Amino acid sequence: MTELGWAGVLVAVAGGAVRVSTPYLFVSLGETLTEKSGRVNLGLEGTLVLGAMSAYGVAHLSGSPWLGVLVAGVAGAGFGLGHGAVCGLARVNDVAMGIALFLLGTGLAFYLGKPFIEPVAPRLPHLAFGAWSASPQVRAALDVSPLFVAGAVLAPVLRWALGNTKWGLVVRTVGDNSDAAKALGWPVSLVRTLATVAGGFLAGVGGSFLSLQYPGTWNEALSSGQGLMAIALVIFARWDPMACFYASLLFGGATALGPALQSVGVTTNYYLYGAAPYVLTLGLLVYSSSTRHTLVGAPSELTISR
Amino acid sequence: MTIRSSVETAAISTAAVLVALLLFGGFAAARGLDPLEVYRVLYVGAFGTWFAVQNTLTQAAPLMLTALCTAVPARAGLLVIGGEGALVIGGLATVLAGVPLAGAPAPLGIALLCAAGAVAGGLWVGAAGALRHWRGVNETISTLLLNYIAIAVLNHLITGPIRDFAQVLKPASWSLGEHLRIGDVPGTSVHWGLAFGVAACALLWVLMRRTTFGFAVDILGGNVRAARMAGLPVGAMVLVACFLGGAAAGLAGAVEVVAVHGFASSSLVVGYGYAGILVAFLARQNPLAIVFVSVLLGGISASGGLLQRRFGLPDAATLVLRGLLFVAVLASTTLYGRLRVFRRP
Repeated sequence: MTELGWAGVLVAVAGGAVRVSTPYLFVSLGETLTEKSGRVNLGLEGTLVLGAMSAYGVAHLSGSPWLGVLVAGVAGAGFGLGHGAVCGLARVNDVAMGIALFLLGTGLAFYLGKPFIEPVAPRLPHLAFGAWSASPQVRAALDVSPLFVAGAVLAPVLRWALGNTKWGLVVRTVGDNSDAAKALGWPVSLVRTLATVAGGFLAGVGGSFLSLQYPGTWNEALSSGQGLMAIALVIFARWDPMACFYASLLFGGATALGPALQSVGVTTNYYLYGAAPYVLTLGLLVYSSSTRHTLVGAPSELTISR
Repeated sequence: MTIRSSVETAAISTAAVLVALLLFGGFAAARGLDPLEVYRVLYVGAFGTWFAVQNTLTQAAPLMLTALCTAVPARAGLLVIGGEGALVIGGLATVLAGVPLAGAPAPLGIALLCAAGAVAGGLWVGAAGALRHWRGVNETISTLLLNYIAIAVLNHLITGPIRDFAQVLKPASWSLGEHLRIGDVPGTSVHWGLAFGVAACALLWVLMRRTTFGFAVDILGGNVRAARMAGLPVGAMVLVACFLGGAAAGLAGAVEVVAVHGFASSSLVVGYGYAGILVAFLARQNPLAIVFVSVLLGGISASGGLLQRRFGLPDAATLVLRGLLFVAVLASTTLYGRLRVFRRP
């Protein structure tokens, strides 16, 4: 394992950036879409865990991992619908509701997922881009998930759609000035709910990556705040889907740092390296926030940017 | 608060709790259980016997303190959910403070240990308040991240620098001296932390409802611009509100160490912080109501074990019930001022 030595750490971090980034990518793209419509969904951490559980359960019962991915998305969309519907009521705080769904989502996933901790579910296949290399580390780093490829395609598409299509214009107008949207006769609440449903779907799919690809198992410690960090990442990425993609790679690399160092024998301070992504998120938030002006690209109707 | 609005709050909250229980009954029915029997066991496990009541009160003690961590900053218009992290940091600070205080006489030593936990928790959440005030960092997200960082710091310390290898079951820190521990309220198996919780809630109720400071914080929570125009020191008030909230949760961590475990381990991370958020919302951020709601929520946690044994429900069943409660309570906020019965004639 140590044949590449410290270069192996770099390869592992780079490979980890690709491998670990997928849940960040899907959740942040979903949250970007939701927030562009003027609503926050902090519950995506719960959606991620629920998606992971339902994907694993369905893949185990049906034998088809892709069906698991679909069901995870549908479960996420259902949670998005719940969030959208309740937040559409007058005077319901969407930030607090997100926390409630975060707790309900994880609780529900643990409750329903208990029977699936032991059994084995079929995993998603890898795309082996590294088959040419003789080094097992390089090959491992270049085993790319099809979901990662899907997310990498989705990011520019979402950016284009938000900027250049009528639907994108509707979502942005609802998020920037709901009065203007109402004056144009657009259904503000419906648009926000649909954007929340779509965001939930993406977060659910992101969860299926955790249980069906990497780490590729279901247990109660599967996600430790990835969904939450992805939401913070949206602020850092200034609500730009392509920036979400790059930021997800950065976060994937940070998450892979601890295990990578462990593989070359650096086992002390393991938990401190494990805190790297959280500290990085907090640092980036401090760096990218400001009290003086509203952030570039921030939807004006957003409760957390006001 | 008029009587009419108190009755409105009580009625709407009760309705929300009933809706959540109904939904939970649906979950039980989906597993082929009789919902009425589940409710009965839920009640018996929480309040049915003297043993259950003591268990419930023990669970309620830390909830009162972690709920304050959300409730106090909430009056200043902040949504802080850092109770879990502040509790962990408070517990760690207590263990560390136990080293120089090892020779201190018991009452003074225990008071200083609790103070150390409270101050550490206060600074932890106060940091989020500072980031909010000076850098505009969203306090909800920063306090959630601080929870994960606190747990990482705990795991780092108890598996390395302060690990006691005599603890074989799971990694844990060294223990406090026996004389620095506090016991149970005489005649019960409920530890003194309950008294700390009730006292803290009463104290903060007086501070938030009966002093100029509390009134100023309410103005700040209502409208930041109005508070600035009135010349209130907004920054200092945000910091103090966050510090007080964090200190309450830090005290909860200190009590867990001093009264329950005697050392720091992953037993500090059992979700008191997250349950506290629900308590704060259910109590509508009112410190006195927190005392009663904590007992209710403590009852749900206490009956979890019985639900598990009697029906084979997974231990996460109480998490589901809590989540449903939280959603129902938040959704019910839309009803305030809308029901004709509670309107002024």
